[in-house]
Amino acid sequence: MKETKEYTLYNDTVMDHFLNPRNMGDVQEADGVGEVGAAACGDIMKISLKIRDGKIEDARFKTFGCGSAIASSSMATELIKGRTLEEAKNFSNQEVVDALGGLPPVKIHCSVLAEEALKAAIEDYEAKQAKVPVVA
Amino acid sequence: MDKRSVYLDHQTTTPVLEEALQAMLPYFREVYGSPSSLHRFGLQVREGLKEARQKIAALINAESEEDLIFTSGGTESSNLAIKGFADANHRKGNHIVVSAIEHPSVMNSIEYLTKHGFEVSSVPVNAIGQINPEDVRAAITDKTILVCVHLVNHDIGTIQPVKEIGKITAEKGIALYCDALAAAGWMPIDVRDLGVQLLSFSPHRFYGPKGIGVLYRNRKARVTSHIHGGVQEGGRRAGTENVPAIIGAGVAAEVAIKEMSQRVEHVAMLQKRLYDGLWKHIKYIKLNGPVPGPLRICNTLNLSTEFIEGEGQLLLLDYQGIAVASGSSCVSKSLKVSHVLSAIQLDHALAQGNIIMSLGKDNTVEDVDYVIETFPKIVDKLRNMSPMWKEFEEGVIDSVIAPTGRGKSFTQHAADISGKPAH
Repeated sequence: MKETKEYTLYNDTVMDHFLNPRNMGDVQEADGVGEVGAAACGDIMKISLKIRDGKIEDARFKTFGCGSAIASSSMATELIKGRTLEEAKNFSNQEVVDALGGLPPVKIHCSVLAEEALKAAIEDYEAKQAKVPVVA
Repeated sequence: MDKRSVYLDHQTTTPVLEEALQAMLPYFREVYGSPSSLHRFGLQVREGLKEARQKIAALINAESEEDLIFTSGGTESSNLAIKGFADANHRKGNHIVVSAIEHPSVMNSIEYLTKHGFEVSSVPVNAIGQINPEDVRAAITDKTILVCVHLVNHDIGTIQPVKEIGKITAEKGIALYCDALAAAGWMPIDVRDLGVQLLSFSPHRFYGPKGIGVLYRNRKARVTSHIHGGVQEGGRRAGTENVPAIIGAGVAAEVAIKEMSQRVEHVAMLQKRLYDGLWKHIKYIKLNGPVPGPLRICNTLNLSTEFIEGEGQLLLLDYQGIAVASGSSCVSKSLKVSHVLSAIQLDHALAQGNIIMSLGKDNTVEDVDYVIETFPKIVDKLRNMSPMWKEFEEGVIDSVIAPTGRGKSFTQHAADISGKPAH
């Protein structure tokens, strides 16, 4: 093709997060790990967290899924780093959609998956906290 | 930097041949009459149409060019074949036999008929997507009026035993409709040898223009018109003919006949090279449909790469200049995996990682080598990003393609964490 315009399936922000994902990988010795699957499409997303002093110090993701699922998990981990657990518990997929500059309607569920993976990771952290007695 | 541009989606559509385009151009502004007109403008067009019709009839060895009906495309041709035949023959019976892996234009036309008193038997396929003619025989009842089987599957490239099925339908006195969409222009087709009464195809799949479809209908098969209006196409398809497209289709058919053997030879060589190269460099990859050879159409590979999803592969390939298709649920607007992959009982994890590469006459060895060099890097990148790859390496989940005996299946794992079975 000779044209200079680039035709892409998603907008520039989504493509950027898909092609150059932020925070891809696993947090070493993670404090909380959440892995969730979307029954609708079969995508799987895993978010791992490092939590210090009630704040999300680090967040990383791994995703089995389409371009928008990868971009959603990349953006979600960017957004939640530095937030308190309380803030993170109120995290909504809409924030991911807005930060990505919108997703096609059929792909909104990808952002929901990112929210669910984050919340599953927080639940995992809290469940572990409840089990481990605080060492004085 | 100029990226190499490699189009590997020829089963979706192809560019128009230069000869076809040049032949079409006068019909837009110089020879623009309607063939229905009785003056010289119209009569001149009639002559061009008749020639095009003869060339297209020759592509499928039809008895007469009068047996062709031009429509707006392959989809309209399937609709007319199925609904038109059902309408014209419903007094003889209300049962249709169809394979499980037909094109959506066939599947959905038949589904429509089931809401209007028709009953359908779906014939399953084996693991490489082949229909067993004896299954077709077994599905036929005394109410059956039509059997619908395609010549080549549009997704996985399986060539079907249509001739054998044609013998059964002939013996039973039932009509056989064959969708030749994925076959026309890429393998010789002889409607008389196949024993079909109806056959459809679309010239834009073999370097003709879009906006034109063909339905072959021999005189034994009656079809009722579904587009009502004037008496174009012998009264079977109303509406002024898409003359430039028909002219272009005629040239595409003529060139397809002339170049068939070299086109097939070239594309089959590339198919084999691509298959060998990808399988050499990528682990945990599965071919869907038959191996390159007599059971597979020469121009496609349908593959599933394990632990990663198809849309991501498609996007990264596109970013590297390589255009492919995918049957993954993430690619479909319905979020469902291709019904063809379901019918061959492909594991859900592998259906998700599906990519379809279809070659054309203008692809080169360099193109194929570029894909062989690029695709493994994309697979690595996505596997590195996928939780499934690490979980496989850690023995949490197992490979479907090369089971190690460690861990649960991906599908089970996906169901466990999503709380619902994957479809």
